Amino acid sequence: MAVRLITENCTGCKLCPRACPYGAIDMVEGKAQLNDNCTQCGACASSCKFDAIVLETSYTPEVDVDQYRGVWVVAESAPGGHGEFRRGTLELLGEGRRLADTLGVELAAVLLGDGVAEMAKKLFASGADKVYLAQDPVLAHYRTGPYTDVLAGLINRHRPEIVLVSATPQGRDLAPRVAARLSAGLTADCTGLDIDEGERLLVQTRPAFGGNLMATIVSKHARPQMATVRPGVMRALEADGSRAGEVVEVPVHLDERSVVAKIVEISQQETDGRVNLQDAEIIVSGGRGLGKPENFAIIRELAEALGGAVGASRAAVDAGWIPAYHQVGQTGRTVQPKLYIACGISGAVQHLAGMSSADCIIAINKDPAAPIFNVATYSIVGDLFEILPALTKRLREGA
Amino acid sequence: MKIVVCIKQVPESTEVQVDPKTNALIREGVKSIVNPVDENAIEAALQLREAHGGKVTAISMGPPQAEEALRQALAMGADEAILLVDNAFRGSDTLATSYTLAAAVRKIGEVDLILCGKQAIDGDTGQVGPGLAERLGMPQVTFAIELEAEDGKLRARRVLDDFFEVLEVKLPAVVTVVKQVNDPRHPGMKNVLKAKRAEVAKWGLDELGAEAKQAGFDGSPTQVIRVWPPEKRSEGKRIEGSAEEVVEELAKVLGEVG
Amino acid sequence: MDFTFNEDQTAVLEAVKGFCDEELAPKAQETDEAGAWPAENVRKLAELDLMGIPVPEEYGGLGMDFLTWSAVGEELSRACTTTGAVFGAHLLAVAPIMMFGTEEQRQQLLRPLATGEKIGAFALTEPGAGSDAAAVATKAVLDGDSYVLNGTKIFISNGGEAEIYVIITSTDPTRGARGMTAFVVEKGTPGFEFGKDEKKMGFASLPNRELIFTDCRVPKENVLGRRNAGFLVAMRTLGVGRIGMATGAVGLARAALEAAVPYSHQRHQFGKPISSFQAIQFMVADMATEVDCARLLTWRAAWMKDQNMPFEKEAAMAKLYASEVAMRATTKAVQIFGGYGYTREFPVERYMREAKLFEIVEGTSEVQRGLIANQVLRELNH
Repeated sequence: MAVRLITENCTGCKLCPRACPYGAIDMVEGKAQLNDNCTQCGACASSCKFDAIVLETSYTPEVDVDQYRGVWVVAESAPGGHGEFRRGTLELLGEGRRLADTLGVELAAVLLGDGVAEMAKKLFASGADKVYLAQDPVLAHYRTGPYTDVLAGLINRHRPEIVLVSATPQGRDLAPRVAARLSAGLTADCTGLDIDEGERLLVQTRPAFGGNLMATIVSKHARPQMATVRPGVMRALEADGSRAGEVVEVPVHLDERSVVAKIVEISQQETDGRVNLQDAEIIVSGGRGLGKPENFAIIRELAEALGGAVGASRAAVDAGWIPAYHQVGQTGRTVQPKLYIACGISGAVQHLAGMSSADCIIAINKDPAAPIFNVATYSIVGDLFEILPALTKRLREGA
Repeated sequence: MKIVVCIKQVPESTEVQVDPKTNALIREGVKSIVNPVDENAIEAALQLREAHGGKVTAISMGPPQAEEALRQALAMGADEAILLVDNAFRGSDTLATSYTLAAAVRKIGEVDLILCGKQAIDGDTGQVGPGLAERLGMPQVTFAIELEAEDGKLRARRVLDDFFEVLEVKLPAVVTVVKQVNDPRHPGMKNVLKAKRAEVAKWGLDELGAEAKQAGFDGSPTQVIRVWPPEKRSEGKRIEGSAEEVVEELAKVLGEVG
Repeated sequence: MDFTFNEDQTAVLEAVKGFCDEELAPKAQETDEAGAWPAENVRKLAELDLMGIPVPEEYGGLGMDFLTWSAVGEELSRACTTTGAVFGAHLLAVAPIMMFGTEEQRQQLLRPLATGEKIGAFALTEPGAGSDAAAVATKAVLDGDSYVLNGTKIFISNGGEAEIYVIITSTDPTRGARGMTAFVVEKGTPGFEFGKDEKKMGFASLPNRELIFTDCRVPKENVLGRRNAGFLVAMRTLGVGRIGMATGAVGLARAALEAAVPYSHQRHQFGKPISSFQAIQFMVADMATEVDCARLLTWRAAWMKDQNMPFEKEAAMAKLYASEVAMRATTKAVQIFGGYGYTREFPVERYMREAKLFEIVEGTSEVQRGLIANQVLRELNH
């Protein structure tokens, strides 16, 4: 893959040096020229309006796979500015550590942002040997363009053989764009990773057809081997504060004017509780069987007693009993808790799609024919109004 | 506005069966439908056309039978439909798919907006939208739950795990939508019958001026080397008895689950 | 003999099924319990171009046949009996105008009916004229350029909500059946008012209203068919109505069967799903066989009408049989659901209450038997 300048078309408008994060474009006699800083990231090609810079992304297995070494994890900060990472980042470092050790290579994390240098410590504590740190005000909030440009450039320069991204909305926005830029193979939403040592290949396992089929995938000839990984599946290492590593500061200069996307507004989703639903390990969920909105209190109390989050079926949300943030299901969110307790939820296919990968499912419903019982680990045909409060009380006493 | 909607034909049910001998998917007797969230994309396109005027073109890369999915788009109200069909497209992974779709969009020319559904219920990758945007050098907006276009700009509200983000980009752009963006209209019978009689154009590798080595199997860096059905969830256990007994048993279970 | 639908019919039915599953069925219980006109559903039927299936395209319809209308009606009825009933009753205004209307009447009336802009209803029944249809007492007296109508109709489906009514009156009482005339009367005509809506055993959201005519003036252009040829209009319309009723009954019976079978798999007693017990299996077999028979009879009657063959006997057979199947199937469904089936939690008790209607309305089972007997006695009399 190469960045090619078509000098005849260049009008000297200077959009490209502005767009280049690496300071790789000089204006010589009114025409753009590339210097040695070029990482082939492609940001210039995106910015040129005159077809004077072209990114040739011909996919052919021309890549020399032996030139690529190392396992990378792209870090993602948790929202709220508390200096925390999303659970997937730490999980990927745990998994990445295992893969890197098997391959006998280094594990690096890529941290993009602004004023995030302090966070590198956490990445070392969770297994990284190295952190590539790229900071710039333009990177303060994630946007596809600048993050793709910087990440693609870094990958081209340092050639990791494996790049792992957590399959969060951000990850699923970024990874395919980078993969297309680099003509790399990308596997989505992996639930299992392994190394085929004989072929030095990343063996990626993922669900398809809503989880009804498992597939094993490899990218034999293209590099890096990229994967987005489902959060909540891999295990993070025990954080070891004494672990040290190398911070590699990547000088990048981005220009806000070259960014095509403007963030107009960020707003919180209306929620009804303190525990983050997406990352929760325990979820207590309520459905139509609750009868009325006030009865969600029963659900909340049990969730609190268990230290879990509150979920809801679409019926409950549509009825206005609880904000849409809590909706679990095909049109809501997909969760991967250790424990999911479904109360008064019939278990329509659409709901199951959002929670059936929970490790343990307990279902309480008074209708013996409720489909939720088909996926429940423990089925209880009974009155949730009797059982839940009693259970909450029992848990509080027993604790 | 000239809008292109990329749709995919998928099996109706995700309850797939694998032939234990060949490890291949059993496709007989499985009905095909338009990928559900692609219908939302079509609806979004139709609503934009109703607001701003213009044309909606539905395209799909698939086998000959994917024509049915395009007819559904026509029945909903799309102005034209194009099937990208060629043996050379077989075995495409998401990279090769985005290559082929991009070639089609370029051939259609002067497109203001490209709409896709967030992901397909069979592949579940969600990668084609961004890949397409990259190939076309256009901004991408993923997970759109609301969108409006005005004066060559698009403003969309994206739904992310715990917050919403409103993004503004200049058109042309590629947008992937989520199910909550709208309620796709049911096609009226007059449109259903009209769609049956309409012409669906068919473009192959040559019409697209595309390179065989970038399409289909040859253009796919990822390969599926094995498929298998996941372990069946074992039969659940019933907890029976009076409320007290149930609560006791549950407390035990919860203690174990930790 | 080809028992499959053609491509156009298949495409329409696919689209309708999608609509039924997604929009109608999930709210069917609610639609019934609301006890109110299902305005939203009716609006959607209109948007989907379903209100004029057999009406020629030049008048705004789909230009398809009565067989298609019946197949669509069955799906609607299966998904939501109330919506299916409104759909069927509406066509009873469309059909006589198609069959007997002048070109001018067709131009003026068919389009708004076919597009669903206006809803239709058919009014024959009176307090004193039920099975004895010829005993119609609503009088229409010619006075200059108009007729003056006086009388009462009862149990009129879509009554009050419909805008266009086909009314059967007596223009010449001395001639009985040969002195009846059909009229088109629109809502809002002075002297045309609505009386009470019946509280019924089932179909709480289907209006069955009284129509009250008090010196109601109707231009003579509103005569449908010829003066004193109204009985024919009524009989022909009822022929279509029978197909409609049979269709609704088949849909209902199917709904009962389709509810009972999954339940029988889920419900465990004696350590097994009840679907493994022969008693249940035999019920299911009977239900399925009867539903299929009823449906085939209905299709056959519709097909014969489409071929312009005489179809009164076949329509009567379909209506008679399908209505009795609906009664049996819904009763069996409640039985299969057991105790739960008797509660309001599940729809089968409603189905059973709804089923009874079909044995009575548009000619009771007794009237159907009489009609069939008359025909057969004639045909087989050598």
